[in-house]
Amino acid sequence: MIGKSVAIKGQIYSREDITIDGEVEGSVEALEHKVTIGPNGRVKATLKAREVVVLGQVYGNIEAGERAEVRREARLIGDIRTMRIMIEDGAFFKGGIDIVRADASGGRARKENKESGYAPSQTVLQAPSEPDSSIDAAEVKR
Amino acid sequence: MSRSPAAPSGTGQQRTSNGLDQFFASIRDRENLSLIDLAGASQANISFITEMGHRLYADDLLRSLDDAFGPAEGMLERQADPQRIDEFVNQGFDFPECSVDGALVWDTLQFLGPELLQALVDRLYHIMRPDAHLLAIFHGNEKARTVPIYHYRINNARTVTIIPRGERAPAQVFNNRLIEKVFQQWGAIKFYVTRDNLREVMVRR
Repeated sequence: MIGKSVAIKGQIYSREDITIDGEVEGSVEALEHKVTIGPNGRVKATLKAREVVVLGQVYGNIEAGERAEVRREARLIGDIRTMRIMIEDGAFFKGGIDIVRADASGGRARKENKESGYAPSQTVLQAPSEPDSSIDAAEVKR
Repeated sequence: MSRSPAAPSGTGQQRTSNGLDQFFASIRDRENLSLIDLAGASQANISFITEMGHRLYADDLLRSLDDAFGPAEGMLERQADPQRIDEFVNQGFDFPECSVDGALVWDTLQFLGPELLQALVDRLYHIMRPDAHLLAIFHGNEKARTVPIYHYRINNARTVTIIPRGERAPAQVFNNRLIEKVFQQWGAIKFYVTRDNLREVMVRR
C-alpha cells in the first residue's frame, strides 16, 4: 500500500497485489498481480499487471493481462490493452482500447497487435527475488 | 434517429438510428479497424465495438472541451485562440494520417466555436482514411438557446440508448448550409431528419 501522503518517482516492481493511494511517477509492474489506484491516487506512469483497477487519476498506458476496471470516479488518460475491460458510467477516459483475445486453448492472451509487441503469455516477471515489492531508482517523499 | 415505440428503460431512451445503421454497414465484415467515439467512454460502446474486432479510441469531447477552454463564460473567445486550438487538436487527435476507419462524434460538434470546429473537422479529415464515415448529430431547432445533450449507448447496429446529461448552448446556428460548409472538402454528406428534432448527419471522407 502506498499511502496518500507518499510520492514516488521511479520504477515499482511488485510480486504481490499493490494499492497506490499516493503519487507515483514512472512505471509500475506487477505482472501476475493486481494493481489498484485508490481514490486519492495520482499516477503518471505505465502500469503493467494482471489486473488493474482505477479509482483515482492515471496519466499513462495500462497493460492488464486479464482485466482492467475503471470506476465511476476515475480519470484515466492513456491507452488500455487487456483481455477484459469494465468501465463505469461517469468515469473520464481518454485513450485507445485494445482488447487482446484469448487463444483457442482458453489460456493466456495471444499477441493481437504486431506493432505493440504486447504478449502477456511471453512476459517474464522482472521483479527481483527480494523483497516481494520493490522500488527501483525511486524518490520517496512524505 | 426516431423514437422507438418500445418503452425506454431506466433513465435512457432507446431509438433507432438510420445514421448508425449506415455507419456500421460501411464497416460490415471488416475487422481490426480503428474507430473513434467522442461521446464519452461507455461499457456498451466499448463492448459493442471491440467485440466486432475493432480498436476504439474514446474521449468525452465535451468534458475535454471544458477542461481545455472552461469556464463557460468566455469559452467561445478562448476557442478562437489559435494556440489553444492547436494544443487541443494536437493533444486529443494525434493520429497518423489516414489511420482512422470511422468516427462517432454524436452531438459534440454543436458546441465548438467556428475556428475550433473547423480545425477539428479538418484534423478528422486528415486522420481518417478515404471513404471512412463520420456520424454527427445536430439539434433540429437551429435557433434554440440551449439544446439537450446526451450520452449515447450503442445497443446494436441500428439502435442506441440516449441518456440525458443536461443542456448546453450551441456555439453557432447550425443550419444545413453551415454543416455542408464545415464538411465541404469531404466526399459526401447525407442528412437524416427525425421526428424528434434531431438531425443525423452522415459524412463520407
